[in-house]
Amino acid sequence: MHKWGMVIDLDKCSGCQACMAACHAENNIAIIGPEESAKGRTIHWIELLPYIEGDYPHIKARLLPRPCMHCEHPACIKVCPVGATYSNEEGIVGIVYSRCIGCRYCTTACPYTVRSFNWYEPQWPKEMKGSLNRDVSIRKKGVVEKCSFCHHRLLKAKERARAENRELLPDDYIPACVQACPSQAIYFGDLNDPFSKVSELSRERRAFRLLEDLGTEPKVIYLSEGM
Amino acid sequence: MDPKGFRLEEDAILLQPIQRTGKSFYLTLFSLLAVILWAVGAYWYQYRQGLGVTGLARPVFWGVYITNFVFFIGISHAGTLISAILRLAKAEWRRSITRSAEVITVLVLFFGVGNILMDLGRPDRMLNIILHPHFKSPLLWDVSSITIYLTASSIYLYLPLIPDIAILRDHGGRYQWFYRLLALGWKGTERQYHLLEKGISIMAIIVIPVAVSVHTVVSFVFAMTIQPMWHTAIFGPYFVAGAIFSGIAALIVAMNLIRKVYHLEDYLRPVHFNNLGILLLVMTLLWFYFTFTEYLTTYYGGEPIHMTIFWNKFTGRFAPYFWGMFLFCFVIPLPILSFSKTRTPFGTLIASISVIIGMWLERYVIVVPTLTNPRLPNEAVLYFPTWVEWSIFAGCVSFFILLYMIFTKLFPIVSIWEVREGREKSMAEVQERIKTYLPGIGVE
Repeated sequence: MHKWGMVIDLDKCSGCQACMAACHAENNIAIIGPEESAKGRTIHWIELLPYIEGDYPHIKARLLPRPCMHCEHPACIKVCPVGATYSNEEGIVGIVYSRCIGCRYCTTACPYTVRSFNWYEPQWPKEMKGSLNRDVSIRKKGVVEKCSFCHHRLLKAKERARAENRELLPDDYIPACVQACPSQAIYFGDLNDPFSKVSELSRERRAFRLLEDLGTEPKVIYLSEGM
Repeated sequence: MDPKGFRLEEDAILLQPIQRTGKSFYLTLFSLLAVILWAVGAYWYQYRQGLGVTGLARPVFWGVYITNFVFFIGISHAGTLISAILRLAKAEWRRSITRSAEVITVLVLFFGVGNILMDLGRPDRMLNIILHPHFKSPLLWDVSSITIYLTASSIYLYLPLIPDIAILRDHGGRYQWFYRLLALGWKGTERQYHLLEKGISIMAIIVIPVAVSVHTVVSFVFAMTIQPMWHTAIFGPYFVAGAIFSGIAALIVAMNLIRKVYHLEDYLRPVHFNNLGILLLVMTLLWFYFTFTEYLTTYYGGEPIHMTIFWNKFTGRFAPYFWGMFLFCFVIPLPILSFSKTRTPFGTLIASISVIIGMWLERYVIVVPTLTNPRLPNEAVLYFPTWVEWSIFAGCVSFFILLYMIFTKLFPIVSIWEVREGREKSMAEVQERIKTYLPGIGVE
């Protein structure tokens, strides 16, 4: 069984936000306009967190791309009153949008605040409607959404592999953010395979996870910079 | 004397609200209805537009609705719990206040639940909670516990009502069929009284652990998450104590209103307010104790993630709310309740209103600051409720008062038979009971 994981090399990340743009296009993330955005209603499945360390003049700013951590022990799944969020056998944490009642308990319970809520009915400019991704369902008003590791791509890749009567290869399935990263700072693959790239990188000395002490065991691993 | 042989002369005043309705009642009724209609409009607007019409955003996903949920469920502890404890303790002064307390419980619960439902992004799917229950979620524990509580406290309200309903049935007047139906053929025989008393005692015992469980699991909604300043074991007892605190305050306010409006000065006497005032004083001190312990633990530990929120409350953006809470929950009520001279109906009323405001702020100060400061860097969101949230809050309060008023128009708000029983039987009983305490006299 695969266990999908992501490694983000902060040494390579330039903070260009191509991952965010690619994610928005891939996953039909609603565009909410500057006014709502100023209120904090922007929806991102991956976003660049600014970490400001120290005080002037010894100040250091780091940018940290943050998708859903797809924790091994997710805080969000436990608290959902209707079981609308789940972890599948391959370790991907998903949401059943049609079951979500929008109580936002998962959004408050997630220590990484990765989850977003649809405050309004999602909208796109007329010109963009034609370019919506047909593989990804549109989230209606009042439900929670978040990064799915582009799960639809996995389904497609599996179907293709089955049709071609072969095993799933490492390059068959990568999320949109990984594909779009110009500095190739994001790696993706099977953490269960001890020889996969992500598996090797996850054992590197630079490897760390966010809020490791909480015991959530994220499957997104960072490689710290400047070492 | 009426044909069935009931003498109500002494207690006739208790039926007056049901028999006669003045102009001021309708005036209040219509103004409350206006506020409710406004709130319905506000909710309809929110339902159509989405929760974007509130002040909520990421990461402050919960706000006034969740505050209200905890607040109203807290108020509900007035009734049933106080009344059950007083009944079991055989506190004789309970007789004229138990019903007004029990009604608060049953009615206010709907608004606690209602606020959770209004907070849902997809209220149309609320039945999913029953169709696809996920019992690992503390919210499901809430649903179960509140359902049991509502059922138990409704029965507990209804049982002691039966003899009074029978009085209304036999006394003539409007809605005979209604009272006949609800009286369940009550004749007032020895056996019926015996069964009734037994039923009431059993319910009084059941209701106490259920009430405690309700506010404990309400606190678990927060405490079970790993969010800073929520993930603490003190929340269960802290919430239960806070609930009883605000509950008693609500009861004192309600009793003051009933007393004035229906001229029941003879039934709700200064002694009742004095005694409830002492209870409220105990809860004031208990509240301070819990608050002090909680914040001292946080401060002494000094974990940065907790301290951010701590300073946010003490000196930061939430300082007005935090110190407001402290002022209303402790500084104002403490001196008023400490002296018997100020523990008058009016004095306790002032203290109670202060406590109610303070306890609302307490819940707000629990919910919002933690969400404003999550563990990871986030957008600086300044949550402030919008007119929609305020309107719905006002609507809930008005609707509650309206239902309470209607109840007093349908049923006697002071239990007639219990007051009578007190007059006729308990004088002797209490004397007997006291004899059993004392050495040298009484029992051989």
